[in-house]
Amino acid sequence: MKTSIRFSIKFIIGLFLLFAMFIVAMIFGAAETSIQDVWNALFSDLKSDQINILREIRFPREVGAIVVGAALAVSGAIMQGITRNPLADPGLLGLTSGANAALAVTLAFLPTTNYLGITVACFIGAAVGAIMVFSIGAIKKGGFSPLRIVLAGAAVSAFLYAIADGVGIFFKISKDVSMWTAGGLIGTNWSQLNIIIPFISIGILIALLLSRQLTILSLNEEVAVGLGQKTVQIKTILFIVVILLAGASVALVGNMAFVGLMVPHIVRAIVGTDYRFIIPMSIVVGAILMLIADTLGRTINIPYETPVAAIIAIMGLPFFLLIVRKGGGAFQ
Amino acid sequence: MVRLYTDDLSIGYGERLIVNELSVQIPDQKITTIIGPNGCGKSTLLKAITRIISHQSGSVILDGQNVAKENTKQLAKKMAILPQTPESASGLTVGELVSYGRFPYQTGFGRLTKKDYEVVEWALEVTGTKDFKYHPVAALSGGQRQRVWIAMALAQETEIIFLDEPTTYLDMAHQLEVLELLQKLNREEKRTIVMVLHDLNQAARFADYIVALKAGQIVKAGNCEEVITQEVLQDVFNINAEIGTDPRTNKPMCITYNLLRGE
Repeated sequence: MKTSIRFSIKFIIGLFLLFAMFIVAMIFGAAETSIQDVWNALFSDLKSDQINILREIRFPREVGAIVVGAALAVSGAIMQGITRNPLADPGLLGLTSGANAALAVTLAFLPTTNYLGITVACFIGAAVGAIMVFSIGAIKKGGFSPLRIVLAGAAVSAFLYAIADGVGIFFKISKDVSMWTAGGLIGTNWSQLNIIIPFISIGILIALLLSRQLTILSLNEEVAVGLGQKTVQIKTILFIVVILLAGASVALVGNMAFVGLMVPHIVRAIVGTDYRFIIPMSIVVGAILMLIADTLGRTINIPYETPVAAIIAIMGLPFFLLIVRKGGGAFQ
Repeated sequence: MVRLYTDDLSIGYGERLIVNELSVQIPDQKITTIIGPNGCGKSTLLKAITRIISHQSGSVILDGQNVAKENTKQLAKKMAILPQTPESASGLTVGELVSYGRFPYQTGFGRLTKKDYEVVEWALEVTGTKDFKYHPVAALSGGQRQRVWIAMALAQETEIIFLDEPTTYLDMAHQLEVLELLQKLNREEKRTIVMVLHDLNQAARFADYIVALKAGQIVKAGNCEEVITQEVLQDVFNINAEIGTDPRTNKPMCITYNLLRGE
């Protein structure tokens, strides 16, 4: 009882910070806007250049940051829980690069595909990438050690990025491909969000419903079976959730490493190792982190954009090294 | 007729059989200990009986039902298993971890009922872990941690409890503490306890029934006096053992032994 009350307080503070950060993200940017404009854009029918910029460019963009941050954080948390691997992250385990390669192939062979088609292609690519990494891990006994999986992930990712680049060069669509994969949140619009948000919402909802199962699974697989969990079934569903979340994220923002890695570790420091608390908190912290990164990206070098992926990577790399150095100690 | 038995159970990975057509009956409301050399298949047998790993042929029968075909959640209300050295989930407090023992009884979002809280409290009480209820599991010593995992298995409220080397990594005093706890549960609560133990004298002291395994087959199964003998130990461990009687418990004990070589 005690823990859940403490969690509720932390979660409410988190939501408050998320809302505050959203307002900050809406106010700052290349175009000069005021709090008044933001208020009018969100809650009134008034029209002006400023308000239109907010409604049609900045608002969808920040909503995109929120859903992608939440999706990546939750998918990272799920992967770390299933694999009991502190370094698990959709970017490190081949999902992002797989979705990327699928994106390039789709743009090359089916250039007229609509956004839904591209999203589905990203799901398939993410699944293929992850399956490749885990197959390499499965070749050898004990192959699911954190280090081996990360190495397999690096190799598979390099291969899949090479495919994406190769396809891009061969079909002379490199520019189109990189516009997708390195574009970050630039150009995020409502029609894209209308397709992406349902997938991410379903994924996150299932993750929340299965969070108790995930905690049991993260303790020890044998304990999970002993407690009567249908582990194969649960792991399959969670795997599909991860593919939905990571694939949808790539379809919206392209490559975005480290969010899925970092956020669950930050969250564990706040709420502990029970996934009933980690999953909801990851949604909030992931969203806040992406809002911060995007706001920095838009403001540190006005009027030029600094890629969000670069900002996340600069924040994430030291974090990654710290986890490696501690041997995942923060995880245990 | 006993509730739980195996019938020609064979377990293996691919071509290699680890346990070969093994039939054993687990006496109800007794402490059964499985002994045998490293790699003889004792942990494998325990895992197969508790459906953690699947078997190749034969069957495990509990209450007349084939365990492999029964609903896994229903089974979790009948038997609990404590695997060898579970990783500790540090962020979980003792109380939270033990609460997860109620998993087989929960549905939906898994809110704990009044009954669940009572069982958890009882499990903490009986294992002497109540004082650590709000402590993270990782902050505990090895012996305390082991008792917490046992508390979690107890919270499952099963009549049969399996334990895979519950005394590993514990010092002498803590080993005894855990075994005495299990004995108490057996005597007072009539729980059937099945465990793998390495230490022959502990097996002899606490078990009502001992199953001696070698290369996936039973060499001898019976009470302590029948199994802890020079002949059986020679066959199972390839040792020449001097068997005496524990002056305090009157159980057979291995006083000293030599390796048998060159045969």
